[in-house]
Amino acid sequence: MAFLVEGFLKAMELLINGDTSTWSAVSATVKASTGSMLVSLLTGLPCGFILGYFDFRFKRSIRTLLDTLLALPTVCVGLIVYAFISSKGPLGDMNLLFTLTGIAVGQTILAFPVVAAITASIIENIDPALKLTLVSLGAGKKNIILTCLWEVRFGILTAAVTAYGRILTEVGISMIVGGNIKYHTRTMTTAIALETNKGMFADGIALGIVLMAIAFTVNLSLSFLRKR
Amino acid sequence: MKSRKCLSVLVSGLMVLSCALTVQSAEKGELMMATTTSTDNTGLLDYLIPFFEQETGIALKWTSTGTGNALKLGQNCDVDVLLVHAPPAEKTYIANGFGKDRREIMYNDFVIIGPKSDPAGLKGKNISQALSAIKTNKAFFMSRGDDSGTNKKEKLLWKNAGIALPDKEEWYVQTGQGMLATINVSQERNGYTMTDRGTYIKYQDQQGGDAPLTVLVEGDDILLNQYSVLTLNPKNCPDAKYDLALKFSDWMASESAQNKIGEFRLLGKRLFIPNAK
Repeated sequence: MAFLVEGFLKAMELLINGDTSTWSAVSATVKASTGSMLVSLLTGLPCGFILGYFDFRFKRSIRTLLDTLLALPTVCVGLIVYAFISSKGPLGDMNLLFTLTGIAVGQTILAFPVVAAITASIIENIDPALKLTLVSLGAGKKNIILTCLWEVRFGILTAAVTAYGRILTEVGISMIVGGNIKYHTRTMTTAIALETNKGMFADGIALGIVLMAIAFTVNLSLSFLRKR
Repeated sequence: MKSRKCLSVLVSGLMVLSCALTVQSAEKGELMMATTTSTDNTGLLDYLIPFFEQETGIALKWTSTGTGNALKLGQNCDVDVLLVHAPPAEKTYIANGFGKDRREIMYNDFVIIGPKSDPAGLKGKNISQALSAIKTNKAFFMSRGDDSGTNKKEKLLWKNAGIALPDKEEWYVQTGQGMLATINVSQERNGYTMTDRGTYIKYQDQQGGDAPLTVLVEGDDILLNQYSVLTLNPKNCPDAKYDLALKFSDWMASESAQNKIGEFRLLGKRLFIPNAK
């Protein structure tokens, strides 16, 4: 129990005093997760839409594959990405190892299936009557698609929040690909792992509280969007 | 639709920018090092490296991991320089063409620590007798089990004592974690472990000077723990920054750095003793 109280007080202290290493970890987390979120949304939403809206061969197998990828362990993603971007790997020349961009690449692999799978389910579950109504009103194909997308906007928001949660909490990719380098690639989660490793539980809890505050702020602003 | 287009332009712009930034910072005299958990956990690097950056203008980033993994990162050319502590492994590494220059920088020693009550009666024994006593009493012993420099040394000590590595014994716990974490597991389970003295002093400091685990076995010659800077072989890693790595190695051996290493203390004790020639 003492750890929790001490951790909470420490969290306040770190944030209010503007502790450099804490803020640098916050900024690394936000940078990497924002990058990976944008890319996974830009790629995942169209893929999810195509999977949910159209019928084609292998659709079922692709869905199954996607659902399997939902359970991808973050350390496996970390290992695979490391194998590719290590200097001896096929993408070694891109200098992505031990960078935030490298972490973002791994996190995108993690978030993409979440965005695509949830979007596909939502599109599949659109009331069939909606399409019929639109057709009977004389809407063109483009208008039908746009109206459908507008109808499911909150569902897509859910997909985004779920994916963001997975990205924000992962530690395997950040640790393996990022290398936990102070002031550069040390994210909130790897900082927590390090502090716990060193037996500094209160510091770990303090950082955990900061991380939860970020998650809370993101969720709060999204639910605000939903109300409007 | 217009705003969507704007967004995608913005995003691709951002990505190009971030790529450009990474490339640019890589050009400006920056060195990437892989090192052991002990140099990082004790706070030595946090204290020492700002001096290096100030005196040479070279920025140094480091990732801390077990010596085994650090050597692997060098073999894959993912870093430019190594600061490790497993002399036999380092010599093989150079012989295999992965490393080039090895420079001894500092040392401390390994100690066996355990509960003050000392249930297996290790106090006063030499290292081989102590390990036998642990085995006979089936006392909990925490091993790093991560192929780090400390783990390599520990395996060697079992061998020297004529005991087969107790890999599957119930009392032999392999934590797979860094040194401080392993000491903390030992404390929780009231067991013994082997640690470098620097990390032990850091642990004592964290416990406010009065730690539940105390040093029981120390002083054998075999317990010496030598740290060295290793540059990578340019033949294996043509892109690694060999020149900067040599500069780092020279700086670590310089009088100024050696003095600073000697001045680094916790609880009034030296964690590492400089011994560069």
